[in-house]
Amino acid sequence: MSDVWITIAALAVATAVLRASGPVLLGGKSYPPRVWAVMALIAPAVLAALIVTETVGEGTSIVLDERLAGLAAAVAAVVMRAPILAVLVIAATATATLRVII
Amino acid sequence: MSRDLGSSADVSQANQTRAEIWQSRPWQERFKEGLRAGIPLAIVTLVIAISFGVVARPVLGVAAPIVMSAVIFAGPTQFAALAVLAVGGGPVTAIGAGVLLGARYAPMGLTLAPSLRGGVLRRAAAGQAIIDLAWVTASRRSVRPDPVFMIGATVPTYPPWVLGTAIGVIGGGLIGQPERFGLDAVVPAVLLALLFGGQLRPQRQMFAAALLGGALALALLPVAPAGVPVIASCLGALVGLWGAAPADPTAPAGAGRRDSGPGVDPAIARPREGGP
Repeated sequence: MSDVWITIAALAVATAVLRASGPVLLGGKSYPPRVWAVMALIAPAVLAALIVTETVGEGTSIVLDERLAGLAAAVAAVVMRAPILAVLVIAATATATLRVII
Repeated sequence: MSRDLGSSADVSQANQTRAEIWQSRPWQERFKEGLRAGIPLAIVTLVIAISFGVVARPVLGVAAPIVMSAVIFAGPTQFAALAVLAVGGGPVTAIGAGVLLGARYAPMGLTLAPSLRGGVLRRAAAGQAIIDLAWVTASRRSVRPDPVFMIGATVPTYPPWVLGTAIGVIGGGLIGQPERFGLDAVVPAVLLALLFGGQLRPQRQMFAAALLGGALALALLPVAPAGVPVIASCLGALVGLWGAAPADPTAPAGAGRRDSGPGVDPAIARPREGGP
């Protein structure tokens, strides 16, 4: 088996285990309210982190490029309450346009 | 479908209470709502999958990327492993990178866990439906994410993930570099739209958690291995420990919903079980 297939097989198993871990370890148990207060904030915290890493991350370094313009356009679109697919198109168009110009 | 949680107190309360007290509603209804919410996510997924196929083809060939998408079904993990293999890294490094990016599924699963009943296998199976976009959508909808809704939102994204990879792999030559079309800006833009979820004035605590999570990620990005910044950002959720103690979860919803005092996320002060 080549390196590529070993990687794929191992990651398929690892990803399935990671996805199952929370539900298997703590399934059906209820958390106290304070724990819930924290749990409820995991989503915005992780979401913001994903936005940061996807916008300025390139491997393990910070790269500022046209994606920032795409994000700025997305902010404008969100403020104007554009639907999600419009936000997608606007961000991609802004980024692609800037790449053509520069 | 409107997920507006902030503009009109009555409407938003009705909507959110409906979404919040999902435990009392039939699963078929919640699953269908999930499917509907999953349609735009499926289109986003198709775009990302095509990008993956295009960049994977020169490194992995034709079959491997498609199989990878079919059996791993996790964008960040796949892109991370691909990045390592592309620069000639070995399988151990590639697996390590992929696992680090996939590690976020553990805390995501923890937020679902209390809502999952049934045996170990059943719960493990439900966990397989965790993907970023669907989990985020479910979490933005109710404090306690509804697993049935999330599974519904994940289902429509699987076929385009595999199909899009195939399109990218096979048609990559015609498509050219995905960056040319700004496709690398699609993911952050969509996440941003989900973060606000139609709600332009987020609750103070959510804003604080997002700010802290984003700042942690930015600070760690240049110094930590890929994937670690996102996991560390979970610490931003600890702001939930500050502010007033969470209200009695059995207190009636309604009073003070719009302005429930410093630091209290109204969503947390509402009943979650539809009763004591």
